[in-house]
Amino acid sequence: MELKALFTIIISTVFINNYVLSQLLGLCPFCGVSKKISSAIGMGFAVIFVMTMASFITYLVYKYLLIPYEIVYLRTLTFILIIASLVQLVEMIIEKFSPPLYQALGIFLPLITTNCAILGVTVLNIESGFVTAEFGLVKTVVQGLGAGIGFLLALLLMAGIRERLELADVPENLKGLPITFVVAGLLALAFLGFAGMKI
Amino acid sequence: MKIFELIKNGIWHRNPVLIIGIGLCPTLAVTTSVSNALWMTVAAMFVLVGSNILVSSIKRIVPPHIRIPIFITIIASFVIIVELLLKAYQPEVDKALGIFIPLIVVNCIILGRAEEFAYKNSILDSLFDGIGMGLGLGFALTLLAFVREILGANKLFGYTFIPGMEPSLMMIMAPGAFFTLAFILWAMNAIKSKQKK
Repeated sequence: MELKALFTIIISTVFINNYVLSQLLGLCPFCGVSKKISSAIGMGFAVIFVMTMASFITYLVYKYLLIPYEIVYLRTLTFILIIASLVQLVEMIIEKFSPPLYQALGIFLPLITTNCAILGVTVLNIESGFVTAEFGLVKTVVQGLGAGIGFLLALLLMAGIRERLELADVPENLKGLPITFVVAGLLALAFLGFAGMKI
Repeated sequence: MKIFELIKNGIWHRNPVLIIGIGLCPTLAVTTSVSNALWMTVAAMFVLVGSNILVSSIKRIVPPHIRIPIFITIIASFVIIVELLLKAYQPEVDKALGIFIPLIVVNCIILGRAEEFAYKNSILDSLFDGIGMGLGLGFALTLLAFVREILGANKLFGYTFIPGMEPSLMMIMAPGAFFTLAFILWAMNAIKSKQKK
């Protein structure tokens, strides 16, 4: 197991295959929570945490529960239930042990269950063949972490631009969602540049 | 007449994607070709109609405080049915849509309609609401896919559209999806503000 492989996974999930800007996952929170930088940071860290945890748990469940009992077709159902209960658990733990953090992240946690980037990561972890790979668990967790960081990056960039846009003179009909998508398109165009990177 | 109204609402007045702005992930990601968009519509509509009917028929015995997990389980079961059917009968479609089939589970439109409509209305109304919303999603997907397939691949249903035209690869990738949706939403806003005047 070289560190190089893990580094490749991180770079590839954060920049080359950014979950939001090149794979088009998790767009609802991307549009909904990117109005202010402070809430973007809160949402981003909540997503990083849940994605990493979800990758870890779904990997174990898939490998040691679904495969041995030959119920692989229940993957979607199992994963969504794991994510939903994980989010609930995280919410309760944070509320108990760190009220300030809960106040910062609290409202974002319920939103995370229906964030398709999370389910997307867990499904992609399985489809990229990590289950049979050497050190699959480590790779899975790193991929989850990278996906989360990529999401935070995209959300932060977007929030920064949208805060500036508040002051800009946008045509009446372009206000709201349309201008957000134009900005997202330009960001995606910039991220397309990473596609040429060979590592 | 109510049936008509429900379907019209889904397609135009309360179009889930174009007016309310939910369910965006599959909308942008699978609209690289019209046939992908249509298959996605079929899959999502099956889940939508199925979950609407089932939720509406058990609405009296579902305890209110655990309804969301129950809805998600119902939706996930229908998604598994679609997944297995597509794998068995349309393996190419399954490959083209990839992870966006399992991701129908977290499509906000479906959970939204279960919670907002099916949980409060009769089975028949829920059925037509599901059809209307499905058609609305289909309308948005097809519109987007139409523009993107012609500009991005110079093709329509896999056939060459204008011989000799150099397609712009960007339109078939992520930026093209964002730009196309931005312009469609802009046009929708323009139509709406003109109607108001």
